[in-house]
Amino acid sequence: MSLTSETVLHVAQLARLELGDGDISTFARQMADILDYVDQLNRLDTTGIEPTFHVLPITNVFRDDTPASHLEREQALANAPDRDEGCFLVPIVVG
Amino acid sequence: MDLTQLTIREAHEGLKQKTFSSVELTRAFLERIDALDSKIRAYLTVVPELALQQAEAADRAILEGRIGPLTGIPLSIKDLICTQGIRTSCASKILEHFVPPYNATVIEKLHGAHAVILGKVNMDEFAMGSSTEHSAFQVTRNPWNLSCIPGGSSGGSAAAVAADLCLGSLGSDTGGSIRQPASHCGVVGLKPTYGRVSRYGLVAFASSLDQIGPLAKSVWDTAALLSVIAGHDPKDSTSAPEPVPDYIGNLDRDIKGLRIGIVREYGAEKGMDPDVAASVGAAVETLTALGAVIVDVSLPHTAYAVQSYYVIAPAEACSNLARYDGVKYGFRADGADSLMDMYRTTRSQGFGKEVQRRILLGTFALSSGYYDAYYRKASQVRTLIRNDFIEAFRRCDLLVGPVAPTPAFPIGAHIGDPLTMYLNDIFTISANLAGIPGMSVPCGFSKEGLPIGLQLLGPHFSEPILLQVANRFEKETGFHRIKPKME
Repeated sequence: MSLTSETVLHVAQLARLELGDGDISTFARQMADILDYVDQLNRLDTTGIEPTFHVLPITNVFRDDTPASHLEREQALANAPDRDEGCFLVPIVVG
Repeated sequence: MDLTQLTIREAHEGLKQKTFSSVELTRAFLERIDALDSKIRAYLTVVPELALQQAEAADRAILEGRIGPLTGIPLSIKDLICTQGIRTSCASKILEHFVPPYNATVIEKLHGAHAVILGKVNMDEFAMGSSTEHSAFQVTRNPWNLSCIPGGSSGGSAAAVAADLCLGSLGSDTGGSIRQPASHCGVVGLKPTYGRVSRYGLVAFASSLDQIGPLAKSVWDTAALLSVIAGHDPKDSTSAPEPVPDYIGNLDRDIKGLRIGIVREYGAEKGMDPDVAASVGAAVETLTALGAVIVDVSLPHTAYAVQSYYVIAPAEACSNLARYDGVKYGFRADGADSLMDMYRTTRSQGFGKEVQRRILLGTFALSSGYYDAYYRKASQVRTLIRNDFIEAFRRCDLLVGPVAPTPAFPIGAHIGDPLTMYLNDIFTISANLAGIPGMSVPCGFSKEGLPIGLQLLGPHFSEPILLQVANRFEKETGFHRIKPKME
């Protein structure tokens, strides 16, 4: 298949990536190659086959709702790129 | 005596007999890293002070008579396993300065066993790659030939073990990332059953495929590492409640009568290097001579595993990597004038090209209009691949075959061609899709002198059998004792 620049840009927008002009054509070509290869899956008839999302027979795991240790505020903020008054700081959201 | 040349088992004996201390052992490794790692470039971070403190604590435990197989043993850790207070970068610019506020469960378990952590080792960024060339920081060299890749993504772990820069290492395997570098560097590597080892504190790549496992110089050493890290963890709801068997105690059992399956489809695979085919063939003869019974089996959907994987793994990755937004930790790009702009510039500057490529692929496969055609289809094919193994293991106890189609390739050989790079994983990927354990054990060398690994695959929780067969094979052949010449 071929992948248009518009499709790559749309997907990049969904993924919150900003691509340079050179990247768009390279990614479009490489992704098209990979998707061509992936399209071989269509040679298999999978009608009625249940999909596998998880390999072990473990379903909902519950535990008692008991208090346990947690990160202190200072530890939680220690890796923050920007912070103020005990909060994470981000660029303005609403103008 | 050069202490760095020992195995974990030999070092354990020496510590128990008090022939040397853990501090002496740890110093020997720190000195070797100083002298040699500028050539190999396995380590991203070395922590000499912490390592020596842990060694002192281990020596005190030994004096008090408390010694387990890993007490005082110097190890390295792949840089995507969280270590409290020690930088954990995932070999990515986006986590370049990230210092985790907590330990992964496997690290807590190593501390509990009084192991010594020397530092953190290189990898493909976020474990996405088969060569360790996708590290944002450095290219790790194969100790057997410095112009070749060590394999990946746990290339730092495999190279560090092969070059005697640690006694063992923890890596992770999502599509072959422990087994393939182990094969390329001539060391033993084990990907446990999905859920056998807690993933708490493992930076997530593809959550339904990822598994932490050991790399080491011998099968006994691998069993010792697995014994310590395996087990259920309330902090990982996907970890398995199955009791942990005695991996070491089981090693010396005879393999007479064990049924070993040879996968018909693997032999037909194009692009198989003749030296790899010859070494694997010779290994099968060795196992037959040891009394194993060879059974011909079929995994009919083998030819679709890579395709299925390269939808499922990127789909899970793009969700997992959505968290890197420059807000709570990690890199943030300068100069953004809105939150959305900050997300985009941070992620574009912080992630390398291979990671961006997989995020784009995964986002595409999950996007409206494509979900059924790609993600759902790939997950259905995953069921077929899983069923192939269930069927095969009705007829045999384990499968053996190649780990990778070729020995280690030259640095730069496939870097511009992602699809060719992905095809390297053709024999390893299906184990992750099925969640079964897989192992690489040295089985020979190419004409150029590069190591070749034999892969062993078994049903869920069959690690004791894999280790037992690998151990018998290793004793018989002794390939693990041949070392790279690095001077």
